[in-house]
Amino acid sequence: MPLNKLSFEHPSSNTLRLKLSGEWQIYAGLPAVEEVISELSSHKDITQLTFDLSEIGAWDSALISFLLHLMRECGHRKIQVIREGLPEGINNLLTLALKEHERTIPSKIKPASFLERAADKFLQLKAGILALVNFLGEIACAFGRFFTGKAYFRRQDFFGIVQRCGADALGLVSLISLLVGIILAFIGAMQLQLFGAQIYIADIVGIGMVRVMGAVMTGIIMSGRTGASFAAELGLMQVNEEIDAYKTLGISPVEFLVMPRVLALMIMLPLLTLYADFMGIVGGFFISTSVLGLNPVEYWHHTQSAVRLSNLWVGLVHGFVFGIIIGVSGCLRGIKCGRSAEALGEATTSAVVTSITSIVVATAVITFICQVLGV
Amino acid sequence: MEKNTRPVIEVRNLDLSYDDYAVMRDLNFSVNKGDIFVVMGPSGCGKSTLLKVLIGLKEPLKGEVLYNGVDFWKQDESAQQEMMRRFGVLYQGGALWSSFTLGENVALPLQLYSKLSSVQIREMVELKLALVGLTGYTDFYPAQISGGMRKRAGLARAIALDPEIIFFDEPSSGLDPLSARMLDDLIIRLRDILGATIVIVTHELASIFAVGDNAVLLDTESKTMIAEGSPKGLLADSKDPRVIQFLTRGEKQGVAR
Ligand SMILES: Nc1ncnc2c1ncn2[C@@H]1O[C@H](COP(=O)(O)OP(=O)(O)O)[C@@H](O)[C@H]1O
Ligand SMILES: [Mg+2]
Repeated sequence: MPLNKLSFEHPSSNTLRLKLSGEWQIYAGLPAVEEVISELSSHKDITQLTFDLSEIGAWDSALISFLLHLMRECGHRKIQVIREGLPEGINNLLTLALKEHERTIPSKIKPASFLERAADKFLQLKAGILALVNFLGEIACAFGRFFTGKAYFRRQDFFGIVQRCGADALGLVSLISLLVGIILAFIGAMQLQLFGAQIYIADIVGIGMVRVMGAVMTGIIMSGRTGASFAAELGLMQVNEEIDAYKTLGISPVEFLVMPRVLALMIMLPLLTLYADFMGIVGGFFISTSVLGLNPVEYWHHTQSAVRLSNLWVGLVHGFVFGIIIGVSGCLRGIKCGRSAEALGEATTSAVVTSITSIVVATAVITFICQVLGV
Repeated sequence: MEKNTRPVIEVRNLDLSYDDYAVMRDLNFSVNKGDIFVVMGPSGCGKSTLLKVLIGLKEPLKGEVLYNGVDFWKQDESAQQEMMRRFGVLYQGGALWSSFTLGENVALPLQLYSKLSSVQIREMVELKLALVGLTGYTDFYPAQISGGMRKRAGLARAIALDPEIIFFDEPSSGLDPLSARMLDDLIIRLRDILGATIVIVTHELASIFAVGDNAVLLDTESKTMIAEGSPKGLLADSKDPRVIQFLTRGEKQGVAR
């Protein structure tokens, strides 16, 4: 169909005349420049190109871009383009566009080779680690100033954050840890029933929850909830140049924004862990007494004697460490966020991924240390 | 011939509001084909609100907006979409999509609505970027260029589909005088070469006098338009002290005080 918009005439052996007719508009579509090119290459002796637009219908900038493309191709083939047959409006636009094309062009971003990309990745990794160490240093300094009473941040912000990452998370933490307690009880029951030692479910649920599971579940919930929200919040501030505005005022964003968040999580995560431990034990107790038919009083005594204070401390240390991990990774990703909507999405994702990965690694490390110390 | 004499945009008895908060009442004006039409007024008087109604993002409380004689707000949604495709809009901050390069920003409307091949779209993108003086910036991201360049890139996107009407919201805000001047020149040039009708919302006097063929002045206190005509003519002939005060930055008090 678009073929009949473009026809070729040969007024002399070295001249090709393009006859354009019909609509040359964005919405109507255009013939491809390649059609002209193939006509040119099948007549090797052509040295100049002329136009006949006497029958052209409506046209818009699509025609201009077609002509520009064609003129460039002709330039490569050393074919002279005679623009006299073109109406004045089209000629003016062409001249304007050509003039703009001649302007100094900024250096283009070249696509990188494999080696370059590999080197880039390595350098990025190195820079990432440096940035992390730097950031941790800044946070440590901010805490230093906090404990000497010199840190500048708004108290009401801090309490708002505490509220958001503590009280507001209670519902979710209750639900998840209750279920984890129930799951632990069922799994324990499957094995212990074989030996008629179901009462030891109390030990499994109690120690399991208090020592690690309470803290790990809380950590994972809070990574998704609070870590992601910190990253999004600080990331948007970065995008809006709010962080720069703090810096201009001489306010350290780490002290003003990051430190209160990390501090809030350092306090709230151990508390939430305690709460999760309790809810887990309640879940196990409920299932054992109602479904598995254990004696409630006996179960309770068993739990009490199994869960020693040292277990509780180990759980709290987990919670404390996870609080730091979630706070630091959320804030770090937020502050290092790039200035685009996509970068913001990446920042939140990587905040959650970093904190969950780090939580699992930290759990392994703490468990190993406890093993060595015999706690 | 009839089409040439009929105004491109006619606004009749238009009332604007946010819920029950009235912003403007009883607006009546028309925009001629090929004109650069300026909506003037102090900050907060409702210029952006009027623009939102004109470009079809916000429904007016009452009244009509006619494009070539067709009442926009009486059409069904698909007809409105069809009409909106003939508008190009340059938003106040450029509103470029930050995760796209400039080239991709300009290419998206073409990919959606044109019948061009991908090679032809690339050519069109180069042409549009060249028209706004951004040759060679195709692969840059919005975050990598300056504010003035972002506005020009936004303009390249606005003219991607050769719109019939181009709307500008405060084109010179946030620009240095020289960049603002360049943008004004660019607006005039685009009108001349594309034959588009242009509607500009602004309170910048320099731009108003430099580019405006016709204008309306909105007033915050009376919540309606208080003058209509060419800016230079208004300055010379108006007797209304509020008009003179606005057009002279309050340096000359109105005669009839
Ligand atoms: N989304 C909104 N909801 C309610 N009121 C608004 C909203 N946007 C603007 N306004 C009010 O409408 C009036 C006009 O605003 P606007 O059109 O932005 O003014 P201008 O662009 O002329 O500076 C102002 O008084 C503003 O407070
Ligand atoms: Mg505004």
